[in-house]
This record gives sequence, structure tokens and C-alpha cells, in this order.
Amino acid sequence: MNASNTPVALLQGAIKRYGKLTAVDGLDLSLRPGELLALLGPNGAGKSTSVALLLGLVQVDSGRVELFGQSPQQIDARRRIGVMLQEARLPPSLRVGELLRLTSSYYPNPRSEAECAELAGIGDLLKRPYGKLSGGQQRRVQFALALCGRPELLFLDEPTVGMDIEARQKLWAAMRLLVAEGCAVVLTTHYLEEAEALAQRVVVIDKGRVLTEGSVDQLRAKVAVTRIRCCSDLDEHAVEQWSHVDEVRRDGAQLHIASREPESVVRRLLQADLALTELEVRRAGLAEAFTHLTRRDEAVEQEAA
Amino acid sequence: MNTTAPSMPAARVWRAYLTEAGTECVRYMRAPSFMLPITLFPTLFYLLFGVVMNHAGGEQVQRYLLVSYAVFGVMSPGLFGFGVSLAMERESGLLTLKRALPMPPGAYLIGKMLMAMAAAALVVILLLVLAELLGGTGYSISAMLALVATGALGVLPFCALGLWVGTLVKGQGAAPILNMIYLPMAFLSGLWVPLKQLPHALQQLAPVLPAYHLDQVALSVTGFESVPTTGHVLALAGYTALFLVLAARRLRRLG
Repeated sequence: MNASNTPVALLQGAIKRYGKLTAVDGLDLSLRPGELLALLGPNGAGKSTSVALLLGLVQVDSGRVELFGQSPQQIDARRRIGVMLQEARLPPSLRVGELLRLTSSYYPNPRSEAECAELAGIGDLLKRPYGKLSGGQQRRVQFALALCGRPELLFLDEPTVGMDIEARQKLWAAMRLLVAEGCAVVLTTHYLEEAEALAQRVVVIDKGRVLTEGSVDQLRAKVAVTRIRCCSDLDEHAVEQWSHVDEVRRDGAQLHIASREPESVVRRLLQADLALTELEVRRAGLAEAFTHLTRRDEAVEQEAA
Repeated sequence: MNTTAPSMPAARVWRAYLTEAGTECVRYMRAPSFMLPITLFPTLFYLLFGVVMNHAGGEQVQRYLLVSYAVFGVMSPGLFGFGVSLAMERESGLLTLKRALPMPPGAYLIGKMLMAMAAAALVVILLLVLAELLGGTGYSISAMLALVATGALGVLPFCALGLWVGTLVKGQGAAPILNMIYLPMAFLSGLWVPLKQLPHALQQLAPVLPAYHLDQVALSVTGFESVPTTGHVLALAGYTALFLVLAARRLRRLG
């Protein structure tokens, strides 16, 4: 894989308005070959519009949108992408194999049916009508349709909604395999553990702008809070007065403590309660970081208002 | 990673068009909610009014009604195959997905058009077979072939009309609207009752309707009436162009 500087997908100062609503407000996004990028944000943050811009479904009002250095309106650029949209009901009377054959026919060098079936885990579904499948099975078929054209860039919009844990794990494994082969992925998801498990880079957007971006670890680090949990008889109101303790909550026998300096709090906890058990110390997850980041933004706005 | 697109050989592009059209046909032929109304209404109406209740009119009326119910049957794959399916697919997100995929330009509409032409031809053939089984159509083989061909091509203005309606209405709302167009237009064009038996004012109105012109062409190619067809064919072509332009304007605005 040679290192080219042309991003596989690019948004530069992209602005898109729907009437009075500015859905995307000067967004910059650049995706390198083989990179898995998770696009996170609350509902209405502009994720879908950003993806729609990159797919050529809507035109920017200003700014640049490119796929492989070309306009997404160019069919040649789109022949290098695979797409899985959240809201797409496929014809129920068509069999899975027929859907696969149709979608493959759009691409210059598609994968074989067997390869698609293997990657998406739909080998047993090929002869069945799409309308007779469960929600999770339909998602797997849509995933197969997304990868059948041997794309260099995959757009996956909420790919694992409606899947059970096992199916989700299988799809994650398939995504990792594709990324290992050099396929870049734009993933939008509500499941933060999904982004946490897969993404090399996370971009959090809100109100049509990039709020923050970085690796999962970098994002977590922005929220310096660590969660401490233990079984203890200590009085929570007393603990709340300790230095470096941000927050204390009792849940039955369990004590939940949030702290920015967990080492000193843990040391004091162990000294204060020799009978303390089930101690657990955990860095804030991406979910917490995410809520924190988007909530902080709201708080700032409320203060400004 | 190269920055040039992988080339798509022309043969594969052609195959994409063919696969799209073939898949569209398979999909609708399998859907009872589409096939049953488009085949049952014209055949049942023909049996009822052309055969069972046709005591006085005799063979002439039966031959006339065979042609006009064929035209009636041809209208629906165009109106519903295009209008309802486009309206539904705009809502279901299928059209959005297809636009995001590298589907060759126009394959979506061409696929639907070929499907509607095939379904229209099928409806006409069904009526002809039915009439033959019930004691003969009174038409020559060449007249019957001409009627099938007229049906297959005559569906096009109704495809265009359906397309336009499909761009105006989303989802379930399209079917009732299309029925409000379909049934009155069929009646006012003299497809159920010969025009000459309708009130004079309604007779005057008929030339405004595309179905009237298609009926005139069909009556002429089967040799039932010898009227010049050029004007009617031009009228049908004009309607097709008009509805296509209206639909294209709508689609452009939808983005």
C-alpha cells in the first residue's frame, strides 16, 4: 500500500443549509486510505448530512466535497465505495442472492457471491426472500451489499442496529478484516462501545461542526474523571468532603466515587475502611467522554444565552 | 492507492442495465399486490361486460371491448408500476441507496420502464388468450400482434404520468391518487362504455385524455376502425414528453 496524500474522502469548510437550518456548518473532515473513522454526535448533529454530502446525495452550499479527489457526483468515484444506509428497505420479494447479483453488477470488479456470503455471514440466507428475514439478518445482507463491490471506502450508517451480540461481534470481525485489507471506513453509530472497539479515530460533531477529534484514548483523556467503586460502610457524606473527590453516590452496599486523582482517593479509602471489598477503578469510557463533551457544549451555550 | 478509478468495461455497464431491468421484472412479477390488480381488473371487466352481460351487442361489441379493456389494462402497469413504486421507494430509502450506489445513470428508470412494458404486453396477451378460449377474438394474428405491440409502447405515456405523480406524492398516498386518475380517465376515454353512448359533453372532453388517443390507435391497428393514427400517436408522444419534463423538474428540485 503506497502512501498517497489524496484523502479517500474529504470535506473542507462544507456548509449545507436546509432553509433556515444549517445542518453542516463549515465542517472539515479528511479520511486516509485504510482508516476507520467513527462519526459520533447527538441526533441532528449533522452526521447524516455529512455522509449524504460525501455520497453525492446532496450538494454543498459552499466548501469542498471529494471522494478520491473527485466529485461524489462522478460515478467513477462512487464505483470505489460501498454503502450501507440505516433507512433503506430493500424489495421484500427479491431473494438475497438476487439482491447481491444486482448490486454487484454496478461495480467493475466485484467479489464473488461466496466471498460476500462468507464475509457477511449470510451463506444460509442466499435463497431466501429478503422480506422474510429478521431485522438482524437484513442488516447482515445490507452489509454484504456494501462490501460486494470490493470498495476502497465503506460508509456504514448504524450497521449493527437490531443485531444480537453474536452477530454484532461477527460484523466487527468482518470490518476489522476489511480494514486490514486496506479498506477505509466511515462509521456512524449510536453504540459508543462500537466506536471504542473499532475506530482508529473518532470525530465528534455537533451543530454541524467538529467538536473534537482524536483517538479513543485521546478523547477519553479529555474527561479526566475516573470511576471508583467498592463495598464499604463509610459514610458517603464524609467521603464527599475528602480532597480530590468530585462526586459520591451510594447504591446499597456499594459506594460510587468520581475523582480526578484516583490514586490518593483509593489510598485513603483503603486506610479508612479495612473491611472494604470489591474495589474497582475504571477510567471513564468513551460513552462518558462523549456525554461530557456534548453536555459541556450545551452548558456553554446556556451560559452564553 | 491509485487515484484513478478502476475502469468499468462497457460490457459490464450494459450488464448492469440488463440486471437492473431483469431484477425489476422478477420483483414485480412476484408481488401479488402488483400483479393481481393489473391482471384481474381488465380480465374480469372484459368477462363481465364483454361476454356475460353482452347479450344485445354481439360479436362487434365484444371485439370493441376486447380492445378497450386491453387499453384499460395497459394503463395500470405504467401508472402503478412507476407512480406507486417511485412514491414508495422515495419514502423507504431505496431510491436514496440506489443514488448513492454506482448504479449507471437512468438504470433505475429504464428498469422500471421495461418492467412496465413487459407487464403491459402480458396483460394484453392474457386478454387475447382469454378471448380465444371463449370462442375467438375475431382478429387476425397480425392484428393481435399489433395490439400487443401497441400495448407495450402505449404504456409509456402512463409511465411518464405515473413518474410525475410519484415525484409529487410520497409513500402510501400515491395509490389512491393514481386510482382517482386511472378510473375516471378510463371511463371518460370510452374504455368501459363506447364513447358514442356517453353524453355529448363528455365526448367533447375525451381528446384531452391520453387514454382516448391510445384507444383510437389500438382500434385502428387491430383494424376495428380505420382512422388515421398519426395525430393520436403525436398526442401520446406529446403527453409523454410533457409529463417527463414535469417529473424531471420535480426530481431536480428534490435533489
